This record gives sequence, structure tokens and C-alpha cells, in this order.
Amino acid sequence: MSPVAAVEALGFRVVSWVGTLGAMTVFLGTMVRALATPPLRLRRLVGEVYDSGVLSLLIVCGSGFAVGAVLGLQGYNTLVRFGAEDSLGSAVGLSLVRELGPVLTGLLVTGRAGSAMAAEIASMAATEQLDGLRMLSIDPVHLVVTPKALAMLLVMPLLAALFTTAGIFGGYVVGVHLLGLDGGAYLSGLESSVDFNNDVLGSFLKSVVFGGLVGLIATYRGYTSEPTSAGVSAATTSTVVIASVSILVFDYIITALWGV
Amino acid sequence: MRPSPVRDLIVGLFVLAGLAAIAYLSIQVGGLGWSGPGGLALYADFDQIGGLKPRSPVMIAGVKVGQVGDITLDATMRAHVELDVDGGLELPVDTTASIRTSGLLGDQFIALDPGAEEKMLVTGGTIAFTNGAISIESLISKFVASSDGGGEQKK
Repeated sequence: MSPVAAVEALGFRVVSWVGTLGAMTVFLGTMVRALATPPLRLRRLVGEVYDSGVLSLLIVCGSGFAVGAVLGLQGYNTLVRFGAEDSLGSAVGLSLVRELGPVLTGLLVTGRAGSAMAAEIASMAATEQLDGLRMLSIDPVHLVVTPKALAMLLVMPLLAALFTTAGIFGGYVVGVHLLGLDGGAYLSGLESSVDFNNDVLGSFLKSVVFGGLVGLIATYRGYTSEPTSAGVSAATTSTVVIASVSILVFDYIITALWGV
Repeated sequence: MRPSPVRDLIVGLFVLAGLAAIAYLSIQVGGLGWSGPGGLALYADFDQIGGLKPRSPVMIAGVKVGQVGDITLDATMRAHVELDVDGGLELPVDTTASIRTSGLLGDQFIALDPGAEEKMLVTGGTIAFTNGAISIESLISKFVASSDGGGEQKK
């Protein structure tokens, strides 16, 4: 490839990336407008909360428990060298609340529900169901897309809180029942080091932002996919990749700006 | 989509469980709304608080009876620490507050040693007798300085 062609290719990629960013913002505006337009589609929303929230509950709680248990084990092995194993509660609690709870929940829900969301909308596009809705003069963004994105936004903070709680319990089980720490020391260390304003509120903010991101990316990728079977798989793959990377990038940005 | 009461119920239970987890993290773990009415708010001034933080525990004989509230710097450049302790406690006015460390590297807490006076502290009262945090660095530097100084004097 000649140097000129390489620069051209780079420029093309950058311009199309900026274009995608703009199209996503417009798409977000369309969803907000659909949300403000009656009817409210409450029953559709409940169904979507069931699909992305209730069905993700088991893997989120199970993973949270496992992550908390591993943190308890690793933290114990490190802290016991300094005779500071009573700080296990604060080590497990702070890392779960500030970082691991929202981020790992975001990644799990992206894989479990975000991909399914993109695949469902993309296959509706591929089988011309979205066109069928438009023929009936029903806005597919209003009926299909917006309830999905809104459900993701609502479900993420709930799941992240459940993940964190399960993790704290997992750390408790390993630390207190397996390694013989004092249960009161674990819980009081946890409660005295985790602060509402600095830690819990930041964790909540992160999970809301991640929920919005995953909802927007999954629905946008599904809605704008090529109406072919290859388009369905491309939409699913790019949803998982883009949503996971943006969760990690936004996690850094939120941590750097707000110090949570 | 057909209405399904069972699914609605499951979604409702899921939302309740999520809200309960948020409430647990905020109230129990995050300590939101601990110092309600009925607590005893005391103040103590320290020269040096070391690593004491808001929400560090306040203990009597190793039993947690409250936690540290706001920490501010007062006009005389000392640390002004608010203590929220259980309302049922009756502490004599000559109680001593000391900043101690749990273990070698553990968190710092405030230990209260009740005195023997008949008069009791009321809410808003100030604990007059305080011992600030002991910093290991300053202890070591004092020790090094005194042993050096002793050697020079003998010469």
C-alpha cells in the first residue's frame, strides 16, 4: 500500500467513526423523543426488564459471589503477611463497591443481555419485521427499541447492587467461615471504610452510565445492521466488543473525574 | 404481548431485591443516616489525628459505641473532631479520648476511657482530656536524635 493510500484509509476510518458517533447521538435523541410520545408501552418495558434483568440475575449473583470469594482469599493471603488480616472487610468492600461491582456487572450484562438485544433487533430488521411495523405506521423505535434501551438503563444499577452485595457475602463466607477471621471485624472494617458519598454514590453513578451505554450501543447496532444473516452476527459481535471497551474507557473517565 | 401476572410478579420481586441491595449498600455499608436524633454528639480537640477518618469507630473497652463525624481544623490549628456516640451512654465529664491503632497497620479509632466525676457529658459537650495519634516516624526520629545527642555529650 502506498503511503498516500494508507493516510487515506486512516482518514476514512476516522471520519466514519466520527460519523457513527454523530448517528448514535441522533439515535439517542430519537429514543428520548419516542419516550416522551404517548402511549408509554409499560407492558413492553416490564417484559424487557424480565428478559435483561431477571434472566441475568443468576449469573450476576453467582459471579458476584465468586469474585467476592476470590477477593477474600487473595486479600487474606496478602494481608496476613503484614498481620493486617482484620482489614480484609475494607479491602473486599472498597474494591467491590468502587470498581468491580459496576464494571463486572456491565461486562456480564453486555454478554448476557446486550448481545441478545442487538441480535433480536437485527434479526427483526433482516426478516423485514421492522419494515412491516412501519407499513402499519407503528414507529419501531417507539415499540421495539426504546423499551429495550430503557430497561437496560433501569436494570443495570439494580444488578450492580446485587452483584456487590453477593460479593460482600462471598468475601464473608471465605474470610469468616473458611479462614477463621472474626465476622464482626470483617463487617465493621467494611462499614467504617466504605463511605456513602465517596463510594456508594459513585458506584451507583457508574452503573447508571454503563446501563445507558450498553442499552444505546446494543439497540443502535441492532437497528442499523445490514438486513442479512451476516448483519445479525456482525451486530451482535460489535455490540459486545464496543460496549465492553466503552465500559472500561468510561470507567477510567468517571474514576479520574470524580475520584470514585 | 399478552399480560402475564406471574411474569409481572417476578419482575416486581426482582426490582424489590435490587432496591433492597441498594438500600443495604447505602444504609448499612455506606452508613447513610447513622446519626439520627437520640445520639450523643460530643466534640474533642486533638493536636494530631494521624489517619483518623470520618466514620472511624469510637470504642469503650474495645466495644464500638459510635463513630467519628466531621473533622475540621479549628482557629487554634488543632483538629476539631465530632463524635457520634450512642444516646444511652452516660459519660463523666473527665472522660479521656485517645486515638489508637488496631494492630500494627490497622485502622485508627478513638478510645474513650470514662472518668470518675459525678457530672455527665451532655450532647454538644467537649471532651477536655485528649491524647492525639502517636506517629511512629516522630517516635523514631526522637529516639535517633536523643541517642545521637547523648553520644555527643559524653565526648
